[in-house]
Amino acid sequence: MSYITISNNQSVPSGTIPVMEYSQFLDMMIALTDNHPERHCVLYFGYREKDSVHLICCIADDLQHTIMISSSVVKKESVLNSFSARNISFEKFEREIHENFGIGYTDHPWLKPVRYPENRADRSSVISGYPFFSIGSEELHEVGVGPVHAGIIEPGHFRFVCNGEQILHLEIQLGYQHRGVEQLFLDRKKLIERTTLAESIAGDSVIGHTTAFSYLWESLGGIVQDEETLFSRTLAQEIERIAIHTGDLSGICTDVAYQLGSSVFGRLRTPIINFFQEWCGNRLSKGLIRAGYNPFPFNRELAGRLIEILDAFEPDFIEMCADISRLPSTLSRFERTGMLKYEQLLSIGTVGMSARMHTLDRDIRASHPYGIYSSLNHIPVIKHHGDVYSRVQIRKEEVLQSIGYIRTMLKKIPESATSGRIDPVLKPSTFGISLTEGWRGEICHAAITDENGELLIYKVKDPSFHNWLALALAVRNNEISDFPVSNKSFDLSYCGHDL
Amino acid sequence: MLKTVKILYHQGKQFIPDLRKARVPGIFTGRPEISLAKVDEKALINCCPTGAITAAPVSIDLGKCTFCSECVRLFPGKVRFTTDYRMATNERNRLIIKEGINVSVTLNPEIIRKEIHKLFGGSLKLRQVSAAGDNSCELELNACGNVNFDMGRYGIEFVASPRHADGIVITGPISKNMAGPLQMTYDATPSPKIIILAGTDAISGGIFAGSAAIDRSFIEKNHIDLYVPGNPVHPLAFINGVADLLGI
Ligand code: SF4
Repeated sequence: MSYITISNNQSVPSGTIPVMEYSQFLDMMIALTDNHPERHCVLYFGYREKDSVHLICCIADDLQHTIMISSSVVKKESVLNSFSARNISFEKFEREIHENFGIGYTDHPWLKPVRYPENRADRSSVISGYPFFSIGSEELHEVGVGPVHAGIIEPGHFRFVCNGEQILHLEIQLGYQHRGVEQLFLDRKKLIERTTLAESIAGDSVIGHTTAFSYLWESLGGIVQDEETLFSRTLAQEIERIAIHTGDLSGICTDVAYQLGSSVFGRLRTPIINFFQEWCGNRLSKGLIRAGYNPFPFNRELAGRLIEILDAFEPDFIEMCADISRLPSTLSRFERTGMLKYEQLLSIGTVGMSARMHTLDRDIRASHPYGIYSSLNHIPVIKHHGDVYSRVQIRKEEVLQSIGYIRTMLKKIPESATSGRIDPVLKPSTFGISLTEGWRGEICHAAITDENGELLIYKVKDPSFHNWLALALAVRNNEISDFPVSNKSFDLSYCGHDL
Repeated sequence: MLKTVKILYHQGKQFIPDLRKARVPGIFTGRPEISLAKVDEKALINCCPTGAITAAPVSIDLGKCTFCSECVRLFPGKVRFTTDYRMATNERNRLIIKEGINVSVTLNPEIIRKEIHKLFGGSLKLRQVSAAGDNSCELELNACGNVNFDMGRYGIEFVASPRHADGIVITGPISKNMAGPLQMTYDATPSPKIIILAGTDAISGGIFAGSAAIDRSFIEKNHIDLYVPGNPVHPLAFINGVADLLGI
């Protein structure tokens, strides 16, 4: 077989990635993923090589705990057969390749712009001219919302096709948040600049993204982390999960007008993020994770504070969760709302909690463990209905699970970090990939260096890149008034998608 | 019903009694303090990811600082962070913290537009525009209204429509793709109206300054009423800044 197999956080000489002829590349990637629910594409991207585009595809195998990588080189103006026509989970990746490099596809089902990046191939395509799907019917009507939404949230434009109150179709247009993140990773040369960029990819997933960046950087630089750093990063990841899940439960209650839940979950989040401030000076943990060293080693005093905070948090959290599972007024809004089936989730390549809401077991902590997850014997929380209520239950159970992990971890805090600060020198002509399980799901960072050890390409993938389509499909046949709660229960990232 | 009463009882009182004097827990990275110690100034300037540090005298521009602590880590005797969250001001120059000077950042009362207190002193409705904000400032602005901070006690509130608003709060470095929608939101807000920039990215572009994908012409051509530094802004920094602007 013409692919190489590596594990998470491993880097290899870029020359060892096989280069295949495109049609074979296509057949192989489809063969690897079709009828293999345990495998999915974690990253498929291209980069310029003179007049050509070098395509690299990375398929993760959750049972083997490996990532299979292959590549193909195609001419810039090529028109290719698409992967998407045979496996729809590739659709977004191919749209991105089309938008960035002008590569055409003969049989792509939905070849539309993804984010209107500054360096897109077709400069004449502008965000205000996005080609929305239009129904052309006298009975149906279209509802447009955004890009500036009613709440304090990021921008995106949603176009609903409705039959009265019923949503038949929703198209989500993104790209408003495009800041040129991937390009800036190349332009900015200092590690602190690049780390700050990683921290700013999605401010609600600072730990998830900065951890992926750091592991990738260390793997490209050949650095092995000490036990304390692995411990601190894992701990921080679980605290971030508790904070955001709790905040989202507040938002979900707001969207069904359940004021008590909204206030209580809202205030329960406060001590958790304040703990980040006690640890590193910032409520959203910016500054806590650094490649090459650990600036804020965890200690006994912090452990004591964290236990105090969790002891106060847990009973109130459980009490509030019990209430929302008891009230007919909340349950009637949660159950069978925004539902997706297993087959749909699998076909579009959903990841993270949005996959786990309906038996699709995708969790990097278990399938491609990093940090100290192996020693925690993590078992993903899986639900079976794929509706808003499943997403509520996942958040609740994951919060309690994370608290359990933290309590276990705090029984044995490793000694303070021994190694000093290292600014990793990247190996030349090397490919590296890093996966972490943020609270939304799988975060992927990958990079290739040139012969001087300078970055040639830096790629970032937020779980939202896979999951926005899940939201669009979930609201079909729902009332339009149920959209906000469905949306909040996924809580996808705009800037993480737009980059 | 009883269960609900029990939950309410368990909540106790969660609001911060005095938002104007509240202290933040832990090692909050607020306003930095720069000592007069002699250091390699070139190296100090060089360590900063956003060009916030300049020499003669050594200063940190809070409008550019992302509070990454790199300067503190490398030059511990020179720079340190205080827990002072009072960093908001209405004059861009006042965001520049100079060595040897250790006072809170304040507003310049001379240049607060007179109609602001008169019209909005009792009630200020704001429309938030996330213009490529990374959702951290957005989360903190949301937190301003929660039961802990309860900004609504001053009549300051975020509203859903620019038509109901007295001004806009911008977060993010302003992407090219958001420049148009931002202008439309501003135009849809009735006059007189104010503009608040929340967070380092909004004030200067932060780490995104100079990216080809951002467009900051809106900032250049409009009068800014309040700058609130932070990465993200702390709710107390925001609430106190707005209260000072309103003369509360
Ligand atoms: S803390 Fe601020 S001034 Fe210091 S290096 Fe970071 S961004 Fe620059």
